[in-house]
This record gives sequence, structure tokens and C-alpha cells, in this order.
Amino acid sequence: MNTILVKDLQQGYGKTIVLKDINLTVSAGEILALIGPSGSGKTTLVNTIMGMLKPHQGEVTVLNQSMPNRKLLAKIGFMAQTDALYDTLTARENLTFFGQMMGVKRDDLKKQIKYATDIVNLGPHLNKYVGSYSGGMKRRLSLAISLISDPELLILDEPTVGIDPELRQQIWTELHKTAKAGKTILLTTHVMEDAEQADQIMMIRRGEAIAQGTPDSLISEFGVSSVEEAFLKAGRQQDENLSND
Amino acid sequence: MRISAMIRRVLKEMIRDKRTLALMMIAPLFILTLVYFLFQSNNNQTATLGVRNVDSSLVKAVKNDNLKVRQITSDKSAKSIIRDKDYAGVLTQKDQKLTLTLQNSDQTKSGLLKKSLQQAQVKLKMQAAASGLKAQKEVIAAQAKALKAIQETMGAGAQNSGVKAPASLKAAKASAYSVNTHYLYGSSDSTFFDTILPIMIGFVVFFFVFLISGIALLKERTTGTLNRLLATPIKRGEIIAGYLSGYGIFAFIQTVVIVLYTMYVFKIQILGSVWYVILINILLAFVALALGLLISTFAASEFQMVQFIPIVVIPQIFFSGIVPLDQMASWLRPIAHIMPLYYGAQSMSDVITKGAGFFDIWGDLLVLVGFAALFLILNLLTMRKYRQV
Repeated sequence: MNTILVKDLQQGYGKTIVLKDINLTVSAGEILALIGPSGSGKTTLVNTIMGMLKPHQGEVTVLNQSMPNRKLLAKIGFMAQTDALYDTLTARENLTFFGQMMGVKRDDLKKQIKYATDIVNLGPHLNKYVGSYSGGMKRRLSLAISLISDPELLILDEPTVGIDPELRQQIWTELHKTAKAGKTILLTTHVMEDAEQADQIMMIRRGEAIAQGTPDSLISEFGVSSVEEAFLKAGRQQDENLSND
Repeated sequence: MRISAMIRRVLKEMIRDKRTLALMMIAPLFILTLVYFLFQSNNNQTATLGVRNVDSSLVKAVKNDNLKVRQITSDKSAKSIIRDKDYAGVLTQKDQKLTLTLQNSDQTKSGLLKKSLQQAQVKLKMQAAASGLKAQKEVIAAQAKALKAIQETMGAGAQNSGVKAPASLKAAKASAYSVNTHYLYGSSDSTFFDTILPIMIGFVVFFFVFLISGIALLKERTTGTLNRLLATPIKRGEIIAGYLSGYGIFAFIQTVVIVLYTMYVFKIQILGSVWYVILINILLAFVALALGLLISTFAASEFQMVQFIPIVVIPQIFFSGIVPLDQMASWLRPIAHIMPLYYGAQSMSDVITKGAGFFDIWGDLLVLVGFAALFLILNLLTMRKYRQV
């Protein structure tokens, strides 16, 4: 079963086109990394998959339902690029509030808060005000919030920014565990190490998908030794095609 | 469920933000107290009038409680005397011609002088008329005596002409009026404060609710929590409803505090029902809430939100009744009808100073409900910008 299916998507704001000819399938239990430089259209693609934006052309299907679909958002855990947290509330209150918004039942909330905070090691800091949190702690809390409703699909926009290497390793371990349990994960990043951890990579540059596949297949396709080199080579090829036009 | 979670969150955030809470609850009382003292004692203003070569009878007539008279002996021009001594005006007389020179930096004082001078002239004329009548009376009495003598000699034939004399005597007596004043609303102690208090109450409620709700939603936009919120299955209407109810609770408390304060500290008598006063203010607060939420859409920062105050809030004060509408240029008057505060202040004045009931104010209330509904619909539409479903 495909959790995410994007077909011939063209997207933009007003008359400017941000994304074109995007085709994407992610199956259940898979981790897909969207990599690309800032401004390449990653967040726009994420927003379109979430249904915050209507596709200009093409279609987006999530969990077999066409997007945009407000009710389906209950099954999508989302972590935004900016830490969207309420500073005057404690971490627990933030988790409770977003849990309620996601429609988590009152009886399950306590259990879910424990589950989500254990993953990101925030247990001892649950009753502190978010205003006193460090940048990394805020990032971890955002991740915990995305996990609060035990969603089938996790969409993480730049989840590893500002997180130290040790914790990043830990988070990846948890993400792999979550994926093994049948959840689908889509994340954006511009850190190549993160991309290498994913099952599938989609490279986006200037609104176009320039390469797609597993890390190993990309490395062999471009005849290079790392994902980073594959990305750079794919970028050069795109530039050559553009200058030929 | 979602709405109540929204409300609880708004309440928690607000209660922890002590400074904003204080601004919302105490600042209005501070402003009203200032207004109370500013407009309480403007009745006993006095002006000083310099006089030169003016008949003493006129000077005597001009004098009253609010006017001090100073005799001028120097030959300097009236203008330089006003500059030197800071008189409100100088009155000079040449033969029968009076010249009044006014400082006119304070129009109230100028008005006071003009009024006093007019009154004095009327007083003098009446005195003159009264003494004239006295003289006439003596003449008539003498004539009557003469007539009587003639009648006696001529017999009862010319009786009619003798009857007229007492009638003109009566007319002379009637010119001494005494005035008894009755007040339909308020009393002789009423000051300008009583007039503007209902308007000011409406204004402070409107202003603070507008500012605080607008900035609160703006914060939600700029920190990204609104976007985050819209990534959950919440309906746009639920967000607006949560905000409206959460801040509505504070607006309600604020209104009650203000009304109680005016009743017990200023001892203002509310002629109508207190409940109407609260109802009007709640409606006004809702309009301000909805407008604040809407306006925050067009602001990118708190600073830009504050920039909307001179455009959205200040003009409303001018059209709220502080300047009476019938004193405005006719082309300006229709503008008042697009100002929510106009309807709020008008119905507040009616209830507080005239004891108006529901049937007198329901039209105004309906307009306020209409404004709130309009702003809410616009809010729902602008929120589409963030999530298209």
C-alpha cells in the first residue's frame, strides 16, 4: 500500500512556479528523505502533501485519500521547520494541547506524552516552561509533539537542525524503530548524513526532482562514492540541461 | 473538545502574562480616573478683564463670579497691555463707543468675556427701561389725577380713558422675572465628565480588547503556532471560536470591573439597567476582538499592529459622540455610521444618562452584532491563506 502518492504535481504561489513534474511514491514503513538546498521547494512539497496548499496541477494522495483533506490531518504527525511552541506553557501543557488538537483521547494522553517524551529524552524537563528551553530542547519537544497522536505518517521538516550528534543518533534509532512498526516517515534535510539513513532519497533542486532512489542505487547510478557527490553531480547535470535548452 | 482546549490555552497564557493582564484590567481604570479629574472642574474658570475709561455703571454690571476686573491707567495700546499682564481681554471706551480686545488664546475665556459684556449691556438697558417706566408711572399718576378732576367736573361720560392707566402699571411690574431650572437628565452638578463617561467606557473596552487580541493572534502567526495549529484537524471556525471565547472572558471581566469602578468610585448614577451597560460593552468587546484578529492579518509585526491604531481606533473616538454629531459638517456625519464605537457609545449614553431600555437601544445592538459577524466572516476567509481547507 502506498502511504503517499504524488502524481505530476505542479505547485506555486500565484503565478510563480515553485515545483514542477514531481512524482513520488512512499510505501508504508518507508523513510523518505527530501534533500535539496534552501529555497528548492522542499517545504512547499511538504505543505502540499499535508494539504495546506491545493495542488495547481496533478494530484496528491495520502493513505488512499485525495489531499487536501482536513480530517486526515489527525493521522499525520507534523514537525514544522520553525519550533512552533507556546513559550508561556510548560512542555507538558504544549504536548497536552496539541494532543487534544490532534484528537487524542483523554485517557490515552498521559501514556502518549510519556511515549513521545521518552523518545526525545525530555522526561525530566516536562514541567518546565518552554520559554526556558534551549534551542535543541525545543527541537526535541517539536518532534515529541509530532509523535503525540501515534500517527501513521510522520512528516518532519528539518528535524535535525540544532540537535547534537549524540541525540541525532538516538533520534534516528527511534525513527528506524517507528518505521519498522509500519509507520511511514517523510523528512526534509540538507544534511547528507541524514539522507544516508533514509530508505529512499529524492533530490530536489530549483523545484525539480533531479534524482530519486535508494542511497546505494544513487551512488552507483552516478558512479560516485557518497550521496553528497551524487547530489552535486546531479546538480551539474541539471545545469547542463538548462544551458542546452 | 477542541474549542474548550483552545479556550483553556488562551486563559493559561493570559493569566501567566501578568503585565498584559494588568494592562487590560488596570490601565482602563487609570485612564477613566484621569478623565474624571480632567473634566470634573471646568465650571469655575475665571478670566481677567482690563478696563480703561469705562463708565463705572458698566464696569459694575460686567463684574461676576467668573470675571475679575482690573482698572488700567497706562496709555499703552490694548495689545501690549494684554501681552504684559496676560489679561484675557481689554475693554476701552471712547465717548459712547466700546472696544473689546481679546487675547483669544483660550476660546473659553474669550467666550466668557463676550457673554459677560452682553449680559452687562442687557442689565443696563433693563435698568434704564425700569427707571423710564418709573418716570412714566409718575406722569400717568399725575394725568390720572388730572383726569379724575376733569371727570368730576364733566360727569360719568369719559370713564373709559381712566381705566387704561392701571393696565400699564401692571406691565411695569411684570419685567422682574425669576427663573426656576428643571433638569430632564442629570442635575445642576452635571459636568462634561457625565457626558463623556459612557463614551469613554465604551472606548477603553474597545481599545484594549482590540490591541490585546490583535497582538495575541499576531504572535500566534509570527511564531508559527497558527500554522502548526492548522496542521491539525481543527476547523478554522474552531480557532476563531476559541479565541473569541477565551478573550471574551477577559473582556467580560474587564467590563464588569470598569462598570463597578465608575459606579462606586465616581458615584455615577446609571439611570438605565446595569445589565444593558454590560451587554453593550460585551458586544463592543466582541466587535473589537473580531476586528483585532482581522487587522492582525495585515500586520507583520507587533509594531505594524500598533501602526493600525491611528487608522482604526483614533477616528472612532472623534465619531463616537465626544464631538456631537449635529455639530459636524453634514458630509462628515455619514462616516460615524461606519464606526462600531459610534453605536456602542450612543447606546451607552442612552442607557447611562437617559435610562433607555431595550427597545430604545436594540437597533444599535443589532448593528454591533452585524459588525462582529462581518469581521468574523472576513477572519475565516483570510485564514484560508494558511490552509486551503
